Amino acid sequence: MSGLVGMLTARRGRLARDWTDWASLAYLLLGVLVMFLPVLWLFASSLKSDQALNAFPPTFLPWEPAQVAVPGQPGHLPLMQVTAGPLAGRRLAELRHIGLMAQMLDPARPGRVLPIPVRDLRPVLRLHASWSNFTDLVRRFNFFGYFWNSVLITTLATLITLLINSMAAFALSKYRFAGRDAVFALMLATLMVPPTIVLVPNFLIAARLDLVNSIWGVIWPGVATPTGVFLLRQYMLTIPDDLIEAARMDNASEWRIYWRIVLPLSAPALAVLAIFSVMWRWNDFLWPMVVLNRSSVFTLPLALFSFQGDLQTQWHYLLAMTVLTLLPVTVIFLFLQRSITQGIASAGVK
Amino acid sequence: MTAPAPGQALRRALGAAFGGAMNLLEAPMRLAQAKLRGGRIGWVFVVPNLSVFGLFTFLPILIDLVYAATGGNQLFPAQRPYVGTANFRALLACRNYLDPNTCTRDLFWHGVYNTAEFVVLQVGFMVGLSLVTALALNRPGRGRGFFRAVFFYPVLLSPVVVALIWKWVLQRYGVLNALLSALGLAPHDWLLNATTAFFWSVFVSIWAHMGFYTLILLAGLQAIPRDVYEAAAMDATPPWRRFRRITLPLLMPSLLVVLVLALIRAVQIFDEVYVLTGGGPGTSTTFLVQFIYQTGFAQQVREYGMAAAASLLLAGVLMALTVLQLRLARPKS
Amino acid sequence: MRSVLSGILFAAAAAWVLPSAAHAATRDIRVMCYSDGNECPVTRDLAATFMKANPDIKVTVDEVPYSAILQSLPVQLAAGKGPDIARVTLFGNYSQYFLDLRPYLKDAKFWETAFGPTLDWMRKGPADHGIYGMMTQLTVTAPLVDKTLFEQAKVPLPGPKATWDDWAKAVAKVAKATGTEAGMAWDRSGHRFAGPAISYGAKYFDAKGNPAVVDAGFKAMAKRFYDWNLNGTVLKSTWAGQATGYKDAFNEFANGKIVMYYSGSWQLNRLLKLGNAFDWAIAANPCGPAACSGMPGGAAFVAFKETKHPHAVAAFLDYLAQPANYRTFAERTNNIPAELALQKQALNYNMSAEGKAALAALLHDAATLSPIAYHLQGYRFAGAIFGATADRIGQAIAGSMTLDQAYKRITQDIATALATAKK
Repeated sequence: MSGLVGMLTARRGRLARDWTDWASLAYLLLGVLVMFLPVLWLFASSLKSDQALNAFPPTFLPWEPAQVAVPGQPGHLPLMQVTAGPLAGRRLAELRHIGLMAQMLDPARPGRVLPIPVRDLRPVLRLHASWSNFTDLVRRFNFFGYFWNSVLITTLATLITLLINSMAAFALSKYRFAGRDAVFALMLATLMVPPTIVLVPNFLIAARLDLVNSIWGVIWPGVATPTGVFLLRQYMLTIPDDLIEAARMDNASEWRIYWRIVLPLSAPALAVLAIFSVMWRWNDFLWPMVVLNRSSVFTLPLALFSFQGDLQTQWHYLLAMTVLTLLPVTVIFLFLQRSITQGIASAGVK
Repeated sequence: MTAPAPGQALRRALGAAFGGAMNLLEAPMRLAQAKLRGGRIGWVFVVPNLSVFGLFTFLPILIDLVYAATGGNQLFPAQRPYVGTANFRALLACRNYLDPNTCTRDLFWHGVYNTAEFVVLQVGFMVGLSLVTALALNRPGRGRGFFRAVFFYPVLLSPVVVALIWKWVLQRYGVLNALLSALGLAPHDWLLNATTAFFWSVFVSIWAHMGFYTLILLAGLQAIPRDVYEAAAMDATPPWRRFRRITLPLLMPSLLVVLVLALIRAVQIFDEVYVLTGGGPGTSTTFLVQFIYQTGFAQQVREYGMAAAASLLLAGVLMALTVLQLRLARPKS
Repeated sequence: MRSVLSGILFAAAAAWVLPSAAHAATRDIRVMCYSDGNECPVTRDLAATFMKANPDIKVTVDEVPYSAILQSLPVQLAAGKGPDIARVTLFGNYSQYFLDLRPYLKDAKFWETAFGPTLDWMRKGPADHGIYGMMTQLTVTAPLVDKTLFEQAKVPLPGPKATWDDWAKAVAKVAKATGTEAGMAWDRSGHRFAGPAISYGAKYFDAKGNPAVVDAGFKAMAKRFYDWNLNGTVLKSTWAGQATGYKDAFNEFANGKIVMYYSGSWQLNRLLKLGNAFDWAIAANPCGPAACSGMPGGAAFVAFKETKHPHAVAAFLDYLAQPANYRTFAERTNNIPAELALQKQALNYNMSAEGKAALAALLHDAATLSPIAYHLQGYRFAGAIFGATADRIGQAIAGSMTLDQAYKRITQDIATALATAKK
């Protein structure tokens, strides 16, 4: 608690307290609302039943019309409170309604159908978290399959990205050879070629290499990132050449120098690239959409988008699916929050 | 807390596997080293990256040139008839360049204008807000890590997720309209009105990306030596002056990097807005990349040539922005 | 040296990447399927019994979203990476890749008699006599009506000869009386638009059979639809909400936000699941001066010529086409059969009285279809016509252009598509 108070009243060190302290605090608190409430709202909504989602105005908690089992009737019937008329105050189950009249049953005496005007009825609400949104989804949409595809693609792509980009960065920073500068310039020139621009030709090449509908078709095109090479090269330039010379004296091979000396020393930059790569891959959307057409190889965002159309009438599933997609990233972020934000900040100013 | 032993064992096993894999490559690499004198061994290290890069970045750009100069709806370049500059001419044909409806390919021009407007608004506001946020975060105190994390969190989310979150908030019977009703204000069909749909496209994309730029600016702020401020405090410089005279000039390099990175990304806007608005209402949030996607992939008769031509025009703009970035980044490295 | 090295590395990478060669003698066929309701699971069940009888054939049913059928499948086919069979709707998108099944069918005559007219839809023109696939069902566009809202507003349901103008007035009145958001909504689709347009005199083709979409009849309906969108009779968000692509409005109908929903028979399964929230019905297609037409349609399992096992593909489709199996499919998926003999029989649908009434209404709707509607549905580039109609009229409704500009754009878009396809 004292931590919270300290946090809220934090001032800029030894400098005098002024209006900027309060303004910045107010701004940050507002920011937290704007940044976080929509996500929170998503989480809350994903627990609502289809009916509760359609209620307006919406409630934060999943209130939904109560259901009741009536002897002699299949399934459950909605429970209603009678607000007017001779039966006012009673709670009855609605069999069905036709136009303005509803046919009601008393759960205790289900033998007789009671006709009651619809306007005299109000649904009885109860708090009910629809975990079935999630369980149904997992059953119907092969969620774990999509999850596994996403994990596999993210992991493999990140490993390959780290390996081949660090190799290239090593060569570009530690050797002098004919064509080196040309290679570097070429990569830089395409630093920002967006995937959209090469969508069609890339598909053609993937088709020729038989990579369509294979996770490798998603992995390969993005592993040689100019950004990664650039980032790692800039970092490796700061590693002193004396270390490498010393190793050469000990008759270490160039390969050994790369993976025993330079790679461990570049760990901070590698970590940043790894974070980038995981982020890119986990959220990658357009290219997988083009290259993967069998639902068995779909990644999570792809499944989410593709079924968006089919699920349009079923927001409860769509919201649950969205939550499931962002949950893994969120959990990782919760644990690695500090190193991720600091890593990116340090790479940004390099 | 898990016991340290299994974790360590796992780490050791992974390390051994990695070391083993790397050692496997030792022999062939030594061979290559013996064959290649001087720095030429560097090529061996560059080649894996370069072949993937060549195959999936460079070759496609060349193929794009072929597509752009050919017509028809065949996928394989060999089967496509040569049309010269017809695709470019069709894209650029307008009777009045200020009115996309007079252009042969009106959607392309809608895309161009919408993208231009989007870039100006999104980049302007985002860089401004990132700066304000970074300034607010650049204060000592225990909450800083928490606030920083909250602002950064949306950066991690997939564009599809971002769009769905906001679609859910903004829909006709969504929570935003409920709040407005509760306050006695009229609810809106936010995504059905050209102006508000555009506003929310800009807003949502700032929401999703701002954290990244904030972090870079925050790092830039933290690199500014503290004693500069303390000297200013001694002189009792008012905060605004302190900001303009000290912070802003010292932050300028980071600010420029952020500006150019944001520009390059904004020009490519597609995913989140496409899922959020579908380019509507009408064409009011149809951007350039959506035009490319639509023309090449989504209509019944696919015009790969037209899509490639538009891609190349976009690539030209991006290339110019990249050169700009390198120019700005050069004095630093 | 460099090229040798990169060659070696590349070969190594390729060897790692390429799937190992197929090992067994079983013939693998892949079916790309999408479901309106439960079509794919039922197909999978039928495939299971088929495989018991044909142990050397392995049928895999991949269920994908409809958007994958529209967007990914054509590219896959162009690259020679398509499935062996797919369930598709806009046949012209795929017709250049169709496999003519005649040489592989045991009894092509049976197919001619069983499916007669719908076989034409998959053909490229009048000179084409190939058999390319099997319609899994017939669909027809039709209005879905919220009877409860009509009763509450005390407005009588328009009769079978009522025009679209009558309907527009009636639903607007009901919406006003009941505080409903809008009178009606149409799926955002040029296919949905075509039926009403034909009823108001649209011909879609000139005397030579070339597309001539924007004519007086087309404009008559477009103007009405435009006005209805602007004055709130029609829910604007469906057509104006996005720049391109399909959008339905079932959710709005299911939640009582519109009085009438112009969609089609494929919504029957979803309607049946609505429970007793309100009373719904399927009405006759509203009339115009020229006709009382909706649009026919439906999905078909089609075969692709890239397949390595044409005999297996034909055997599986032939199995599905057998009356007993076809009947199972129709009854379990609550679909109207395209098989002519079955159309005349009473099928044993497992549905409520409300559902059976709806089915009868749909059969009536199928009987009032105009010949133009059939012709349009069978046209190879119908997709381009439908796409241009929905996008441009939608953009006009959203205010991105005027209606007159939209007409010009529709004509131009279709011409561009035809020119591109001809090259």
